[in-house]
Amino acid sequence: MTAELLGILLASTTPWVPAQEAPVAFVGGLILPIHASPITNGVLVVQSGRIQVIGPEGTAIPAGATRREIAGKVVMPGLVDTHSHLGSAAGADGSSPIQPEVRVLDALDVRDPSFSRARAGGITTVNVMPGSGHLISGQTLYLKLRDGKRIDDLLITNRQGRVAGGLKMANGTNSRRDPPFPGTRGKSAALVREKYVAAQDYLSRIQKAGGDPSKMPPRDLTLETLGEVLTGDRVVQHHTHRHDDILTVLRLQREFGFKVVLHHVSDGWRVAEDIAAAKVPCSVIMIDSPGGKLEARDADWKTPAVLEKAGVTVGFHTDDSVTDSRWFLRAAALGVRAGMTREGALRGVTVAGAEILDLSERVGSLEVGKDADLVILSGDPLSLYTQVLETWVEGRKVFDRSDPKDRLAATGGLGAGDPRRARLCCFELWGGEQ
Amino acid sequence: MKRSFCLGTLRVSFVLLATMARGDVAIYGEVVHTVAGDPISRGVVLVKGTKIAAVGRQEDVAIPAGTPELRARVVTPGWVDAHSTVGLSGFLNQNHDQEQLERSAPMQPELRAIDAYNPRDELVDYVRSLGVTTLHTGHAPGALISGQTMVVKTFPPSLDQSVLNPSAMLAASLGDAALSDKPDKPPGTRAKAVALLRAELIKATEYARKMGLPEADKRPARDLRFEMLGKLLDRSMPLLVTVHRHQDILAALRLAAEFNLRLVLDGASDAPLVMEEIRASGFPVIVHPTMVRPFQAAENASLETAAKLRDGGVPIALQSGYESYVPRTRVVLFEAAMAAANGLGFRSALAAITLDAARILGVADRVGSLEPGKDADVALFDGDPFEYVTHCTGVVVSGTVMEAAPR
Repeated sequence: MTAELLGILLASTTPWVPAQEAPVAFVGGLILPIHASPITNGVLVVQSGRIQVIGPEGTAIPAGATRREIAGKVVMPGLVDTHSHLGSAAGADGSSPIQPEVRVLDALDVRDPSFSRARAGGITTVNVMPGSGHLISGQTLYLKLRDGKRIDDLLITNRQGRVAGGLKMANGTNSRRDPPFPGTRGKSAALVREKYVAAQDYLSRIQKAGGDPSKMPPRDLTLETLGEVLTGDRVVQHHTHRHDDILTVLRLQREFGFKVVLHHVSDGWRVAEDIAAAKVPCSVIMIDSPGGKLEARDADWKTPAVLEKAGVTVGFHTDDSVTDSRWFLRAAALGVRAGMTREGALRGVTVAGAEILDLSERVGSLEVGKDADLVILSGDPLSLYTQVLETWVEGRKVFDRSDPKDRLAATGGLGAGDPRRARLCCFELWGGEQ
Repeated sequence: MKRSFCLGTLRVSFVLLATMARGDVAIYGEVVHTVAGDPISRGVVLVKGTKIAAVGRQEDVAIPAGTPELRARVVTPGWVDAHSTVGLSGFLNQNHDQEQLERSAPMQPELRAIDAYNPRDELVDYVRSLGVTTLHTGHAPGALISGQTMVVKTFPPSLDQSVLNPSAMLAASLGDAALSDKPDKPPGTRAKAVALLRAELIKATEYARKMGLPEADKRPARDLRFEMLGKLLDRSMPLLVTVHRHQDILAALRLAAEFNLRLVLDGASDAPLVMEEIRASGFPVIVHPTMVRPFQAAENASLETAAKLRDGGVPIALQSGYESYVPRTRVVLFEAAMAAANGLGFRSALAAITLDAARILGVADRVGSLEPGKDADVALFDGDPFEYVTHCTGVVVSGTVMEAAPR
């Protein structure tokens, strides 16, 4: 697919446009393209929000490019966090267990300091989800962490021309409550099946109408959204922990044929072969200790390694604020600690995440024509001692550790949680370079 | 420690450990961090029974023939977690295993950690598998005085053998965490919380005076609450005050000055704002978990709080702290690692979870460094213990070699 075609397909309808027209060339660093072998002393050129050139030492740099020497540093694609709760987004309310019509789009505060922390962690693309206290808690939102002040500035328009996002579903104990919520796992699955059967009927009535407005069923936001799931236009991002709950998701997926991603998958190591056979990707969270809830008692760092070995596409997520976006790379490193390959772990925070969000033609690897989303690191991405130095989204720098305000977002301290105070107060006291 | 940037496959050397073998053992390390002094290259720790018999360069320590061996790239003291609730805030997070906070009254100094601690909770084994050999655990933050804390080894489960101090500190909270969420239950405000504490300490002062009367019939009936507060007043026990906001830190220092208390400040996100006052007090700070979520009272928490306090001349230790959900517990090794990479540096971070922690807890005569005569608490690693991809390959507690897969 050519870069031009990508541009047409993926052009944002938002007012945000890439301002960086003059090319910028990053020269001399170690480039980790992810889809290809590392390039030592490489050349990476970005222009107009896209990657223009990538190659080894000596690769021609376009005339007029601003040259950035980054010897000793590492460049990799901007990180893709497949499950986050940035901006304190709330989805469905307590009135019912199934609310697909509810949109995170209508609920997100993009000025929340958590967005700055995510940029400080090198995250450039993020799936912001409603919570897991419902069988279906609403429509998730895939965002680019552009330096915007309104939600529209961060949106991604997908191939279908709509705002990119998935559908959040959950099973297990989080969605079990007093009626009208389900009280058992059997009831949970029955309620979900009932709704998808209704959506199948809704779609068939639309089809039968054959474009005749007088024969169309009344517009129903709930069934319309589930219809997008049934036609494969919207991916189900499914919270699930226990092995039997994971298999229940796979059973529903077979029955209704939707695209699904399994999230958390604490027991994933137990049913890795089933997940692999279903060709369903997983998004894994790495927690410092197991427990905390019954379903997560057997959570184990080995899950991504076991899934990788079984042939499953494995991404990672922060579940921010469960884990902090600033150390998202740590999840990949802990995966390696427990046996995952280094390559697989790095894919897990980049291109696997892009596949999970159905955005891999645009983000997740450093390839000519893809968005110029990148992170500049001080060293090995899997080392504790490595710092995120810069984060770029579509050719614009959105985080720069040498800027005291950005450094404050990275380290925390007085004002990091309150932008008003950060403006007024003394960086040297808390955040200044010393 | 030198860091290497390597894109190659991680090489892991596994150390085979005998099942909970107890007896003499020689622990060889390419580097041995005694913490008491400079790191020793090609060092060895000789364990005899439950104690360390010798530490030094391999050519300088005579190892009796036939002594079982353990080997690792890096050998350190077992970690001392300066503040935890492991063993009380149970693994499953269900009502039946939650013992960390009793909410029936704002001040319950009579609650003992040893009556609540479950030495077989899975999290005890879990943190031990990452090198933790000593826990300062007990009643959690979240009440004005939530109860007592204890210092305990992570093995054996028998408290008679594993407890270093059954009643180490009284756990208190000031600021938001001390306040009641019910309008009819005090304290509802910060000022009320301090007033309650002061009134109780005045009563305890009076109780102590009367208990000291020569005439037995003039002494009051024994009161477990005042008895414990009396230990604060006679300075035999410190008050562990979990406190984050600067005004609350100052309130704690004011209280300590009024009643001549020994304090251990805990959390202290805002500490850099009141650095001079903390330094002048001489009290140590058990710094908030480095990766604590920066919300509410801890909204100003920084990855650099520990480094700033150290630079300010304040004695510090690091902690896993209390978590209400997930992770069920933090791991003090990881909190120290993040501090090490954010200004504290390798050696200070190592000390903050070994000897410096042991000093603040008053158990440095037993644990916290690899020195002859101290308890044989040792952790083994296949690289820099702080690196994410390094494994803990072995743990020895009081001379007992614990069986565990490398973690």
